[in-house]
Amino acid sequence: MKLETLRLTAEEGMGLLERGEVSAAELHGAYLEAISERDDELHAYLRTVDEADGPSIPIAFKDLISTRGVETTAGSKILAGYVPVYDATVATRCRETGLTLLGKTNMDEFAMGSSTENSAYGPTRNPWDPDRVPGGSSGGSAAAVAAGLAPWALGSDTGGSVKQPASLCGIVGLRPTYGSVSRYGIVAFASSLDQIGPMAKTVRDCALLYRIVAGRDPCDSTTVELPQPVEIPEREDLKGLRVGVPRELNDVEGIEPGVKEQVDRTIERCRELGAEVGETSLPRSVDYGLACYYLIAPSEASSNLARYDGVRYGLRVTGDDGVRAMYDRTRDAGFGDEPKRRIMLGTYALSAGYYEAYYGQAQKVRTVIAQEHAAAFESFDVLVSPTSPTVAFGLGEKTASPLAMYLSDVLTIPSNMAGLPGLSIPCGLSDGLPVGFQLIGPQFSENTLFQVGHALEHAIEFDFVPGRLA
Amino acid sequence: MAITKEEVLHVAKLARLELSDDEIDRFTDQLSAILESVDKVSELDLADVEPTAHPLDVVNVWADDEPRPSLPVDEALANAPEREAGFFKVPPA
Repeated sequence: MKLETLRLTAEEGMGLLERGEVSAAELHGAYLEAISERDDELHAYLRTVDEADGPSIPIAFKDLISTRGVETTAGSKILAGYVPVYDATVATRCRETGLTLLGKTNMDEFAMGSSTENSAYGPTRNPWDPDRVPGGSSGGSAAAVAAGLAPWALGSDTGGSVKQPASLCGIVGLRPTYGSVSRYGIVAFASSLDQIGPMAKTVRDCALLYRIVAGRDPCDSTTVELPQPVEIPEREDLKGLRVGVPRELNDVEGIEPGVKEQVDRTIERCRELGAEVGETSLPRSVDYGLACYYLIAPSEASSNLARYDGVRYGLRVTGDDGVRAMYDRTRDAGFGDEPKRRIMLGTYALSAGYYEAYYGQAQKVRTVIAQEHAAAFESFDVLVSPTSPTVAFGLGEKTASPLAMYLSDVLTIPSNMAGLPGLSIPCGLSDGLPVGFQLIGPQFSENTLFQVGHALEHAIEFDFVPGRLA
Repeated sequence: MAITKEEVLHVAKLARLELSDDEIDRFTDQLSAILESVDKVSELDLADVEPTAHPLDVVNVWADDEPRPSLPVDEALANAPEREAGFFKVPPA
């Protein structure tokens, strides 16, 4: 029989294996076949792994997750040919659970971008409409899951890089609480923000994958033990839940009417499912969040990316004039425009005379954002909004203006600055393209987010298979 | 606020980036627009607010001082563009 991967969830795949209806090797092979059929057009993968190396279902990793013996480039030319000699902790945990690595997915270079067009290896296309972007930076992982090229995948989220592509590709994505998933072996971008997150077709799959990767890792001192074990959601009502609708997150300029309509409809569903819905406010978080992020993230990036100098790994470009010129040339040849912009922006913001006005002030804004969210959670269990102000936009539409691209993350950034978890679930279509619904909770409230997401998913009955592939 | 071409060159030097003339012009315009936008944080009076460096209230984590196996030299050097006698090799300064 030919195994159709388009509709297969991770849970269903595990069921097939348990009942002996299919072997791990056959399942792996079915996904490779789907990849050979559809990925020439989509370019979700940078490379695939031929053989199943475990007894369970396959998984795809964003290409910034170190995989021993499998090239890991972070979407950059400066890491072309780099083959890690150790596994990231999340890779180890997946392996120990029996998951088989299907391949490494495309991404914006060093996770800097919102469309996957900043990949040095060419863009990924959206399975719903190949003339549009899948979002980013985890666009390869999102497109792979949406097009049935992986049952689930791991991405990373710094300013919205799991939530926003999940939204644009019509799948579920979790940005976990900062500190709940190990970053050991992850190519670093902005260390006080980076988190690895699961991406899947259903909320239950997302929770299952989160359960595999979350928890303290002695190799990452920023990780903590989860206060409660991860629960796989079952309830289908929202009785007793208090849902807050932050005015600014739902009325910011640039939210498309079609997006607003689906999100409002979903808020109405929360009421129908028994939740208490009220309005709230995050006055400065939304107004100042983007500026705060674009000072802190580039500052940290300028420091993290200092390691790419042509000495220990990756690209080296030499001249006949010594080691300093080697550094400068290697970095100019190896980095694309976006990392260069952010390295320079961060270097500037951290330089003598500007540090207090830029980086110092941004760190204070970050405190204000955290306080505003904490105040909202005194009255509400979750906060809701669109994940992205728009549905998937056209390839090339925003590449000329970095600032226009940055605005794609205006709704995901504020809660990220506060280290809060956020779940994006598909809530409907606008002009035939998926709309994402963002649920934000207090730190370590993933179980609540999964419950709410699962109940809504059940009520919405969104068909996650892109119409053109069905 | 706008950033000048000279400042872009200075920052590129600090960041160890050798930029082409075309890149310098492009980045001068783009970085000026971005800086103008992020300068918004200066509107707020936050003199009494403590800065946040880390989103969680974590305490320092200590590890036991026990020797453990680490990467063999050969593996640590496996990705080196150039190596010699167990070292990374670079051009002379």
